[in-house]
Amino acid sequence: MNELEAEFSPHGIALGIQMVGERDGKLYIKVPYADHLVGDPDTGVIHGGVITAVLDNASGWSVRVSEHWTEGTSMATLDLRIDYMRPARPNEDLMVMAECYKMTKNIAFVRAIAYQEDIDDPVASSVATFMTGTPNEKRS
Amino acid sequence: MKILQQLREEGRAQDMQALVEHIPYARFLGIQVEVKGNEVTTILPFQESLIGNVNLPALHGGVIGAFLEMTSVIQLLFDTSCERFPKTVDISIDYLRSGKPVETYGRAIVTRQGRRIANVRAEIWQEEKSRPISASHGHFLLTPA
Repeated sequence: MNELEAEFSPHGIALGIQMVGERDGKLYIKVPYADHLVGDPDTGVIHGGVITAVLDNASGWSVRVSEHWTEGTSMATLDLRIDYMRPARPNEDLMVMAECYKMTKNIAFVRAIAYQEDIDDPVASSVATFMTGTPNEKRS
Repeated sequence: MKILQQLREEGRAQDMQALVEHIPYARFLGIQVEVKGNEVTTILPFQESLIGNVNLPALHGGVIGAFLEMTSVIQLLFDTSCERFPKTVDISIDYLRSGKPVETYGRAIVTRQGRRIANVRAEIWQEEKSRPISASHGHFLLTPA
């Protein structure tokens, strides 16, 4: 997994995202609680935008670790829909499980869950679609 | 949030810039707000830490999502001057173009405001307002004090 971690984007690094690993086609990441992620300074609850960013990141990575992924290509998020179930408890790590459950020639379909200790008590869940095989070089 | 109450007591309930400066995650993203009359524009100045793809380069999809959500909530707070922060129930984001490494702007419209739930649409753009890079619609829970 170090290989993947080395490829984290500048924003992934700024959020403090850590790769946990891949099991049975599901990708797990962790985001340690940090002060700069807080949305409400009165309660210490992290901002919904952080959840959005982390779900997006994990969803993208789950496509990259999928067996159908072509190295050297890139992808673009088409849409991302997030349901927020409960606020994340302060001072606890946030976990995300993401699974690319279907990949066609052009499109990858991903579902993901953000949780803390118990995956059955989710903080948020999401579904996303990605267009695969997009060029991965500087635009002219 | 105490800041909402404090701003109201100071007669600055619509000082959205003071509000975002109070939110650690908004400060981390560097979000600014400009209010002209009743028009609210959110501004996301470019910084290296917002990059998601270094090869293109392009803004991180999560940054775009977070900015849309923040834009929606700020518009809601501006329109309704509610006493608590609206809670995001769900948000659905369409990514239309990749975000260039430049400044990004956002506007939102509260399409319906009920007693408990508000529907908000948001759009963000860079050089040209008519070419948005992303759009969203979301539901927010308003919790009357």
